[in-house]
Amino acid sequence: SLAMELPPSHFPAARAAAVAVGYLRYLRGGPGRGLELREVRRARRQDIDDVGHKYYLELELEDVLDKDRTVNCTAEVLYHLGSKSSAPDVQVTVQGELRSTEEADKEFYNRIRSLEKELVAENIPDSHGNVPPELEPIHLLAWVASGYVIWQNSTENTKFHLAQVKHVKQVKRSDEDLQFDYVLLLHEMVSQEVLPWEVAVLWHPRRGARVSRCHGPGAGN
Amino acid sequence: TSSPGPLLVLKTLIYCRHQVLRIKTKNEEDVKQLQLLESLEHLELDFWINPSAAALPVDVRIPAASVQSVKAFLESQGIEYSILIEDLQDVLDKEKQDMTESAQRQRSSTFDFGAYHTLDDINTELDHLASEYSFVEKIQIGESYEKRPLYVLKFSTGGSSRPAIWLDAGIHSREWVTQASALWIANKIASDYGTDASITSLLDKMDLFLLPVANPDGFVYTHTSNRMWRKTRSKIPGSVCVGVDPNRNWDAGFGGPGASNRPCSDSYHGPSANSEVEVRSVVDFIKNHGNFKAFLTLHSYSQLLMYPYGYKCTRPDDYAELESLGRAAASSIRSLYGTTFQVGSICKTIYQASGGSIDWSYDNGIKYSFAFELRDTGRYGFLLPANQIIPAAKETWLGLKKIMEHVRDKSC
Repeated sequence: SLAMELPPSHFPAARAAAVAVGYLRYLRGGPGRGLELREVRRARRQDIDDVGHKYYLELELEDVLDKDRTVNCTAEVLYHLGSKSSAPDVQVTVQGELRSTEEADKEFYNRIRSLEKELVAENIPDSHGNVPPELEPIHLLAWVASGYVIWQNSTENTKFHLAQVKHVKQVKRSDEDLQFDYVLLLHEMVSQEVLPWEVAVLWHPRRGARVSRCHGPGAGN
Repeated sequence: TSSPGPLLVLKTLIYCRHQVLRIKTKNEEDVKQLQLLESLEHLELDFWINPSAAALPVDVRIPAASVQSVKAFLESQGIEYSILIEDLQDVLDKEKQDMTESAQRQRSSTFDFGAYHTLDDINTELDHLASEYSFVEKIQIGESYEKRPLYVLKFSTGGSSRPAIWLDAGIHSREWVTQASALWIANKIASDYGTDASITSLLDKMDLFLLPVANPDGFVYTHTSNRMWRKTRSKIPGSVCVGVDPNRNWDAGFGGPGASNRPCSDSYHGPSANSEVEVRSVVDFIKNHGNFKAFLTLHSYSQLLMYPYGYKCTRPDDYAELESLGRAAASSIRSLYGTTFQVGSICKTIYQASGGSIDWSYDNGIKYSFAFELRDTGRYGFLLPANQIIPAAKETWLGLKKIMEHVRDKSC
């Protein structure tokens, strides 16, 4: 069937956009880059028989560390029918280049590698919204981790945001990756629940981030 | 209050029953007589304006002991005078009082509206506002489950049971920017009455009732135990879980879609409508008052400006007017810092949710019912940095003002 136009201000478009942003954060985010949604410019939905609902989105984003610049992207989010067990299929295309984070990434990598004791931190941001500057990269890496969780666990009836990093612990590794074990609090807007997720993230300046372990409340995934 | 400084004590002792006279000299002869008076040192006259030319008035402070004799002299010479100050000490006492009050205001207007505060500090500031402004009164409309008072600031410049506007914040305790914004807004309204034309005309015609902390038990819990707590703290019979979502507990489509019947859920609607005393107290107050024209409630986050309904997805009868007013308010909000609020019904904009407060108020005849979701859109969410409190409050206030002005024009 044809794709029908959706009002960008209504929740179906907003929920699909949150999935796309989560996916993009997982793919392209890092300790030196945090992508944030500014606006849903356009949204359409297509109901595909026996498959599911597919959303076509035009999004305006920004890098929180480079707020003056606008990042435009298009995204497709396919929620599978009976989507209890499978994550939505997501494709995102960023127009133009994202600001390079090579310098910041190298600096962060070297800083963490040279720590005598493993980094441990909690409550990022704190109750008053503060993030100490030296923990901002850890915060942005949490966005990467939460982006993965959000992408993997979203349905048309959910909208997730990272509420807080409850706890983070660095795990020293013998290979070149950095490892951070996070306890993330995710806020789900529709049920209003704030629930903890345990996520282990591996990161390397050249290879980027990947989630190596992810455990949510109730059933694991 | 602090004790007066040495200079003030000196003043206190000296000027009892001293009078200040303004003397009108008609001619050179009169001026000469006053200059003679001036030379009599034993009278201890203190000329504030010296006798110099006939056309100019002469002001003189006269010690109590000399008052009768000076007046007798002036009368015998046919020199006109009037009493500028009957008793100088009274004037000085009043001035000292004003200064003390002003100093107190200076000290306690050290309330930092750009920071997050405890419940106790908020209540202290409510007391301060009520004591500083004659048209602001702190009233108690009930008690929370854990017996904390529910304090409302009543803004009223007169009349009896004028058409009124309701504004509440913090019904969901973790939404800290809302209680903080409500305090800033209260101070803004109080301090701008008399100078801001819009606020002045609003309060000259209508009363405003502001409940800054609608869920005090939850709010304290967010400080002491769990920053992410949303609900009330009521015990639920038969469950280990605590608390009811106070914005699913109103008698509007109660128990319908978008609310949970599981006590452990953050959107648990409660055992029955109005089961939560925090909700019931507001309902009773508004019903007893009987003349509310607007019901406005603050939440965070998402940057939304919503009107009914939440419990159903059909349009309210006043859809056109509410949508138009909502857009105007969102436009006002955006004018300050460019912050965009989406406008629409709860059901279309955020989700279907039953038992919400503005659905109840609308279905009970309060046409102008709006729910705001303040900053931000998820970057910090509930943990909005304190340096955004005042910007959030300022822009939100512009939206509220737009709505209130419209309500005033339609209701009075």
